[in-house]
Amino acid sequence: MSFISYLLNGISLGSVYAIIALGYTMVYGIAKMLNFAHGDVIMIGSYVAYIAISNMGLPIPVSILLSVIVCTVLGVVMEKVAYKPLRQASKLAVLITAIGASYFLQNIALLLFGANTKSFASVVNMEPIQLAGGQLIISGETIATVVACLVIMACLMTFMKYSKAGHAMLAVSEDSGAAQLMGINVNATISLTFAIGSALAAVAGVLLCSAYPALTPYTGAMPGIKAFVAAVFGGIGSIPGAFIGGILLGVIEILSRAYISSQLSDAIVFSVLIIVLVVKPTGLLGKQIQEKV
Amino acid sequence: MKKLSKTAKSSLITYGIVVVAYLVCEILMKTGHMSSLMKGILVPLCIYAILAVSLNLTVGILGELSLGHAGFMCVGAFAGAVFSKCTAEIITVPGLRFVLALLIGIVCAGICGILIGIPVLRLKGDYLAIVTLAFGEIIKNLVNAIYFGIDKNGMHFSLKDSMSLGMEPDGVIIIKGAQGITGTPTDSNFTIGTILLLITLFIVIHLVHSRTGRAIMAIRDNRIAAESIGINITKYKILAFSVSAALAGAAGVLYAHNLSTLTALPKNFGYNMSIMILVFVVLGGIGSIRGSMIAAVVLTLLPELLRALNEYRMLIYAIVLIVIMIFTWSPGGIALRERYLPAKLFHKREKEVQ
Repeated sequence: MSFISYLLNGISLGSVYAIIALGYTMVYGIAKMLNFAHGDVIMIGSYVAYIAISNMGLPIPVSILLSVIVCTVLGVVMEKVAYKPLRQASKLAVLITAIGASYFLQNIALLLFGANTKSFASVVNMEPIQLAGGQLIISGETIATVVACLVIMACLMTFMKYSKAGHAMLAVSEDSGAAQLMGINVNATISLTFAIGSALAAVAGVLLCSAYPALTPYTGAMPGIKAFVAAVFGGIGSIPGAFIGGILLGVIEILSRAYISSQLSDAIVFSVLIIVLVVKPTGLLGKQIQEKV
Repeated sequence: MKKLSKTAKSSLITYGIVVVAYLVCEILMKTGHMSSLMKGILVPLCIYAILAVSLNLTVGILGELSLGHAGFMCVGAFAGAVFSKCTAEIITVPGLRFVLALLIGIVCAGICGILIGIPVLRLKGDYLAIVTLAFGEIIKNLVNAIYFGIDKNGMHFSLKDSMSLGMEPDGVIIIKGAQGITGTPTDSNFTIGTILLLITLFIVIHLVHSRTGRAIMAIRDNRIAAESIGINITKYKILAFSVSAALAGAAGVLYAHNLSTLTALPKNFGYNMSIMILVFVVLGGIGSIRGSMIAAVVLTLLPELLRALNEYRMLIYAIVLIVIMIFTWSPGGIALRERYLPAKLFHKREKEVQ
């Protein structure tokens, strides 16, 4: 029984990673850049939800909506101010700018909200489900997280497959120059991608802090890195890959924490990533790109 | 007088800058014009400069993005500190002990670099970046979990706790897991740091201007073309990567002997540290050895000089990073620069960037 409950915890944590990784992977697929500040958008989203619920007393759905809106605006503004001028610049320059944006968000949060750990009240008020005569308890947060992840995945897949904007995204990720020639507004598409990614980050932040309630300006950093690992694990640029990578990463992390060593769980997660990449250098579902001479 | 070649002149200027900076600091220290805060930061300045110069070998000369440089520094630091602590009673001459510790740290970090380089250098770009980041984190995590002790039966290792080492009562526990190593002899000082920096510069500059260096740069510029003229890609890639790792190990030994307590925290050996070194390299100019050194010193001093602004200093640091990147790389920034700044200031740099 304890194995199943660890497994469920893993899937729940993995779902959060998957939601964050979706944002990473979409931005990478379209803008070809690693948005290091993505993890910090999660943190800002959690703080907005925290303030809306605890300080302003807004109802929970309104707070989540507010958090999503703030993060969406933040993501779009960040893209316009910091990343757009560097569209043609070298990859490293964009990476450093993203790191700068990450430091910026962390320190803004430090100034605005202080370094003290805030205790985030769970947004899920659902009774835990008891199965097998009370031996297996599934918390409301677990169910909410997994359901949210599945709904988001389904929506994103439908959006990419059937909407015009989704087609535009696919086209830009394939070849942005050709897409522009076909009359696609590349800048608007990139902004839309950042908006979606950041909105997902806000949802992930609220879910993450509901399950692990300690909120500090550095809360987003490590989940951000892990989600990035998940995105690479599944094949960066691939939406189903991000989902699979996230879930696997969460399960591996929780199981290794439970059965091997809590201190070495991060090391185990990263070792699995390395093994996968050495065996299959583009990740589980990544596309192999032939090198032209 | 014999006319010096351009590269020789350039490297002499680099050494000159280090020597002059060292003399200025020494004079300021002797005449008592240096605050204790500044005195405390002198050795870290050397450490960061060595790290930046060595990372430039991977990022600038080899052209591969590495986010795990702090991991190699961690290996060097712990290897050197363990050696110094074990031999603190046997070798009483601090200089000799430090040199031996330095060699051990360099060799350990270099071997790590080779071991890690063989599988991961097959990957490219962002994948390589994330794998090196992962290796850095693994090294940090492992070091945090290791317990290591010595008694009359020999050495004991454990990954659990200090009890499971099964030590004799007279044994000494050297690495106590997350508590790290305490009581390392503080053998390093600013002079040693400067000498190490000069040696690092010498090694890197000579490597870059040698036949090997040209082969490495050929791989960076066009891997397939380099392969077709018979350059052994794997050999040179691993060579550059492991030399870079070994030099980071030297910086680690310096770090370990600057403080008496050595713990592997996210702050000193985590990916944040690797990113910080990468920032030095990029801001100093990718591929420019002198640039990385100067950027490391300036960017380490910047938050310290901004200490008066206390709460805002890291915020200002972040804004400076973004603004410098936009100013040097965006089309708008380049136009602005060409209009208002003398062209000469950027003339040479643009030629190097190509």
